[in-house]
Amino acid sequence: MALLRFKEVGITAMAGAVPKTVIDNYNYTQYFPKDQVKEVVDKIGIYERRFADKSTCSSDLCYAAAERLFQDNGIEREEVDLVVFISQTPDYRMPATSIVLQDRLRLSKSCIAFDISLGCSGFCYGLAVVYGMMQSGYLRKALILDGETRSKVYSPKDRKSAFIFGDGGIAALIEKNEKFGESTFSLNSDGSLADLIMIKGGGYRHPSSVETLKEKVVDEYGNIRNDEQGYMKGGDVFNFVIREIPKDIKKVLEYTNLSMSAFDYIVFHQANNFINSYIAKKMKLDFNKIPSTIHKFGNTSSVSVPLTIVSELREKLNGNKLLLLSAFGVGMTWATAVVPFYDCKISDIVEV
Amino acid sequence: MEIEKFAEKLKEALELENAGVLTSTTRFRELEDWSSLSVMSLIVLFDEEWGKEIGDKDIKDCQTIGDLYNLLNAK
Repeated sequence: MALLRFKEVGITAMAGAVPKTVIDNYNYTQYFPKDQVKEVVDKIGIYERRFADKSTCSSDLCYAAAERLFQDNGIEREEVDLVVFISQTPDYRMPATSIVLQDRLRLSKSCIAFDISLGCSGFCYGLAVVYGMMQSGYLRKALILDGETRSKVYSPKDRKSAFIFGDGGIAALIEKNEKFGESTFSLNSDGSLADLIMIKGGGYRHPSSVETLKEKVVDEYGNIRNDEQGYMKGGDVFNFVIREIPKDIKKVLEYTNLSMSAFDYIVFHQANNFINSYIAKKMKLDFNKIPSTIHKFGNTSSVSVPLTIVSELREKLNGNKLLLLSAFGVGMTWATAVVPFYDCKISDIVEV
Repeated sequence: MEIEKFAEKLKEALELENAGVLTSTTRFRELEDWSSLSVMSLIVLFDEEWGKEIGDKDIKDCQTIGDLYNLLNAK
C-alpha cells in the first residue's frame, strides 16, 4: 500500500498564469453545428477555456507565474535549491524543461532541477516527491512549476475531446515550517489502462511519420484526428473514476483517522462538471467545500488542482487549513492527498 | 426486474422522450435522442440505480435494449 507521510513541510505561496485568449465554448463551432455543441457544453459544464497562442508553451505560463511569485513574496532566488517542472507538454523532447527554467528564472547552478511527466494526478505526485526531498533537511526552498498547453494536444474535430481541455501554469513555493502538521499521500497506478487516454504517435514506439500525421475518421460518430493527437475513451475513464476515486479517498480517511468534516476544502481534479458533480453526489460531499474552476478554465490536466486553489482560495488559506486533494487521469494514475496549509500567500492570476 | 421497468428507467435517465415504447429489440443507437453523450448517463444509471460498473466496451457490444438488459443481469 503506497501511502506516504511527511511533516513540517508545506506550500507557503502560490501564483498562477493563464493565456489571455478566452475560448467561448458555445461558439467553438467551426467543425460542429451549434445545437450539437450546446448539448455537449451543457453536459460537461465547461463554458470557457484559455488557449495559448502558437509561440506560448507551458513553461512560459509557469515562468510568468514564478516571476509573480518571486515579486509578491520577496523570495531570494539563490535560496531555491530545488525546481520540479510537472507537464506532459514540455518545450523539447530534451533537455528537460525544468533545466531551461532554472536559467530563465536566474536560479542557482547548485539548484536541483528535473521534470515529472504525469498528467492529471501530477501535482499530487510532485508534492509528494518535493515534500520527501525537503524532509531530508538540506534544502532551503523548493519550487513546483506545473504547466500544460492541452489545447495543442487534442483534435478540434474530435467531439470527445474538443470541448474539454485548456491551458494554464502555476508556481508553488514549498518550505519547511514546524507549523505545518502531517501530510499524507496515496499514489496509485494501473498501466493495464494505459490505452484509455493516449497520444500514440510521435514517441519512440510509433515515431513521427507521414502516417502518424494523417487525419482519420476514428469512430461511428465521425470524429476525426491523427495519431499525434490525444484521444480519450470517455466512458471507460468515467467508469474507472467512479470505481477507484471514492475507494482511495476512503482508504486515506481510514489511515489518517479523519472524517470529511475535518477538511476546510476538498479540491478535485477538474475533469468535467458531469464527472465531478457525480463523484461529489455519490460520496455525499458538502458542495460548499468544493471549489471549482471547470466552467471557466476547463480541464487543464495536472494544473487543474493547483489552479483551482490559486483561483478560488485566495485569501481563504489564512491560519491553519486542511485540504483534501484528489486527482486522476492518464496512465491511469490517481492520487489522494491530505495537505495542511498555514498562511498560504496566493497572488492574483497573471494573464499572458 | 422486468425488462419493461428497465426500459422505463432507461428512457427517463437518458431523456429519450421522443422514443415511444422501448422494447427488447429497439436499437438504441438509432433513437433520435441518443448521442455519444448518452454513454455517460448510461454509466451513471447503472452505478447509481443498481451499483453495477460498465464501460465503453460493454456498451459497444450492445445493440438493443435487450442487450443492455442482459448486460445488467450479467454484471
